[in-house]
Amino acid sequence: MTLLKVESLDARHGLLQAVREVSFTVSEGETVALVGANGAGKTTLLRALAGAHRPSGGDVIFDEVAITNIPAYRRVRMGIVLVPEGRRLFPSLTVEENLLLATASGRSGVWNIETVLDAFPILRSLRRRPARNLSGGEQQAAAIGRGLMSNPRLLLLDEVSLGLAPVAIEAVYASVRTLIQNGTTILLVEQDLSRAMRVATRILCLLEGRVVLEGTPADLTRERIAAAYFGLGRTSGQETA
Amino acid sequence: MMGEQVPGRYQVQRWTILSITSTVAFAVLVVVLTFVPVIFGIATTQKLTSLLILVILAVMWNALAGYGGLVSVGQQAFIGIGAYGTIYLTQQGIEPYVAMILAAIIAGVIALPVSLVLLRLRGGQFAIGAWVVAEVFAILVSLDQSLGGGTGISLTTLDVYSPSRRQAYTYWLALVMAVILLSAVIVLLRSRLGSSLRAIRDDEEAAASVGINVMQGKRILFILAAFGCGAAGALVLANTLFIETQSVFGVQWSAYMIFMVLVGGLGTVEGPIIGAVLFYLIQNRFADYGAWYLIGLGAVAILFALFVPRGIWGQIEARFHLHLLPVGYVLRRAESGGSAPSSPPGELPARASRGGHDD
Amino acid sequence: MVWANAIVQGVLLGGYYALLACGLSLMFGVMRIINLAHGDIAVIGAYLILVALQHTSMSPFTAALIVLPAMLILGYVLQQVLLERSREAGQLTPLLTTFGLAVVIQNAVLQIFSPDVQSFGGSAGDITTASWQINSEVSVPAIGALIFAVAVLVLGGLQLFLSRTRLGLEMRATAEDSDTAELVGINSRAVYARATALAVATAGLAGLFLGIRTTFEPTSGSTLLIFAFEAVVIGGFGSLWGTLLGGIALGVAQTIGEQINPEYSILAGHLVFLAVLASPRGSLLVSRGVQG
Repeated sequence: MTLLKVESLDARHGLLQAVREVSFTVSEGETVALVGANGAGKTTLLRALAGAHRPSGGDVIFDEVAITNIPAYRRVRMGIVLVPEGRRLFPSLTVEENLLLATASGRSGVWNIETVLDAFPILRSLRRRPARNLSGGEQQAAAIGRGLMSNPRLLLLDEVSLGLAPVAIEAVYASVRTLIQNGTTILLVEQDLSRAMRVATRILCLLEGRVVLEGTPADLTRERIAAAYFGLGRTSGQETA
Repeated sequence: MMGEQVPGRYQVQRWTILSITSTVAFAVLVVVLTFVPVIFGIATTQKLTSLLILVILAVMWNALAGYGGLVSVGQQAFIGIGAYGTIYLTQQGIEPYVAMILAAIIAGVIALPVSLVLLRLRGGQFAIGAWVVAEVFAILVSLDQSLGGGTGISLTTLDVYSPSRRQAYTYWLALVMAVILLSAVIVLLRSRLGSSLRAIRDDEEAAASVGINVMQGKRILFILAAFGCGAAGALVLANTLFIETQSVFGVQWSAYMIFMVLVGGLGTVEGPIIGAVLFYLIQNRFADYGAWYLIGLGAVAILFALFVPRGIWGQIEARFHLHLLPVGYVLRRAESGGSAPSSPPGELPARASRGGHDD
Repeated sequence: MVWANAIVQGVLLGGYYALLACGLSLMFGVMRIINLAHGDIAVIGAYLILVALQHTSMSPFTAALIVLPAMLILGYVLQQVLLERSREAGQLTPLLTTFGLAVVIQNAVLQIFSPDVQSFGGSAGDITTASWQINSEVSVPAIGALIFAVAVLVLGGLQLFLSRTRLGLEMRATAEDSDTAELVGINSRAVYARATALAVATAGLAGLFLGIRTTFEPTSGSTLLIFAFEAVVIGGFGSLWGTLLGGIALGVAQTIGEQINPEYSILAGHLVFLAVLASPRGSLLVSRGVQG
């Protein structure tokens, strides 16, 4: 069933039109990857879906409910959770406090502090440590764990591999795969195309705010995606203003 | 297949027809104003002197807050220094009008060490810090018996002049100071410092990252504003002849300045002048209502801050793209035939990027 | 030994300043807003108690039981009506609106009551005159000790609230990063409203003690704001216990200054404040949010 429906979404970033008339759907259980170059509008799109960024046009419909004007904290309670770019843990709060905060959403489910620590064993020994003292990989685990504490129906992951050592990235994606196996619906932004293709059931490519390519990893070749990624083969009649 | 767009060649203009006209009109106005003491009596001249003092204060506060992002509720420190500095200098035997100018300069000089401490603060911390500085000066002055202690003192050395002469000289000094200070602000804004200041106001970190010396820009504004407020203080003394620490170092001056600039237009050049005129009219009409009048002032300031943040002139400027005084840049596409650009002055052709119009 | 007494009085005075200042510190820590009307809000508290006293035979402490909850509501309303809009409107806006609010409050109070100086120390009972004589030079006034104790309790209570309770945790998180707080399901507006309510209530409590230990008038708010601010700066932004230390430093500076010359007392406080600002530590005056 369709969990998320995005219709002609527009979003500005300052004076820049970051997201232009983006439309797509996400079905329950899917893993959708958003790829695209820097500045293509991926983060803005995720933030708009999470409610952290007010769109200038279009609609977001979640589980048949129009949520376009609902503030972020209420969307968390409805089950949309964003793990933001750059982790954004609360630096002076301990890992445990960071995790516990996310129960503000009041949602119940599989995830609680014990199961999250089971899923990310590395965090168990770091429970009482202030988040600012964690390494990048540890922070990312904690950030995802914090997202899970809200028992999301739709998990939005923004560049979870950013700034991490390859070993850490492997660990993060191992946990992402576990989440997928558990049936969590995931929409993730990923710069690394190979990873995206390995983990996703569907890929959307964004360029300058628009969806320029959409399909399953089976349908799309790397060449097609790369071409869409870089905007090769666009007709010069395309307006950019 | 669309035809290719050839980017036009652009020229940068500092003056538009409108701004030239306005500046000329302004100059004419100043000349006309010079004749006020000759045509009108003491009472009117004194009132207009008050108005000029308000204009000075508004322009200075706007320079600090509108261009430097420094909201000060402590400018009365320098108003007081200007007033009491004048008293002190005349007590040393200096001719009163010279003393006034010197007192203003002293205010500017004192601002330098003060800025070293105060500019470490930002936002609300800076605001209250400036207020504390004002309180310190007020206390120091009130402890000095030769300056009248806490009970006030008169400027007696102006008695050498007849009342009408005295008022005329005071008025002319006020007019000259107002013109000088306003010109200083405009020149500052037109200079490279001016662009840096607007960059600072928009985004301090970004400005610093492109090498703009944020601290220096703020310091210059702070010293200029101190000098201007010092001049205003000296003029207040000359205009009313009697001052006391509470009135001259009082925070109500900050309230007036905030009102004038908020209502007139924060960050515009013309705004403070309009705000000063409005405030002057309101004060004349309503000051008798005492506490209600001040409640009204405060409420209006709040409403403007929330709902009309650009002030009256800011709204006009935004709506009609009107810039009377020449502080911006206009990016105009050069027409190949050398004919006049088709867009009205101040307006930009559709595809040109916006130049540095202050808003 | 006169100095010993001055120091003792200064420390006790510091407790009062800390109580006055903790609301200012809290609001800045959580919302990054300096409420220029903070002193005037304390004065409102004092006048509300005065009204209660004029119409009933309560003691000020009993009146406070009614006034303090009213102040909590006032804080909540203040946040929803004025401060939230100001925060969203721009960086400078909260300064301008709270200053406007200060002007409005001072003159409204002036209009409703008179410019007369007020006090209700007389209605507070023996506590205002009692004291313990430590030795021939030093005496500890009961009211001073009470205020100090209340200040410590309030600060301690706030600290516990922030570090041990759920709402306190949300407040600390929102103070550090309100954007991400929203993303984990925290209603940041509600957090701000709570912080403002607490700040206004503690200001009201300070108003209670203002009226008991000394006099007040419509314009008292300005001086109170300055003292509160000085206490917070001297003690360092971002730490509630720092506010206590700052208050004590300010109080002691004032009482010692007074020993030298009564006219110097307030000036001494200002000079200590400026000295702290000018010191190398002064350049570290960036709030790190509210520490748990």
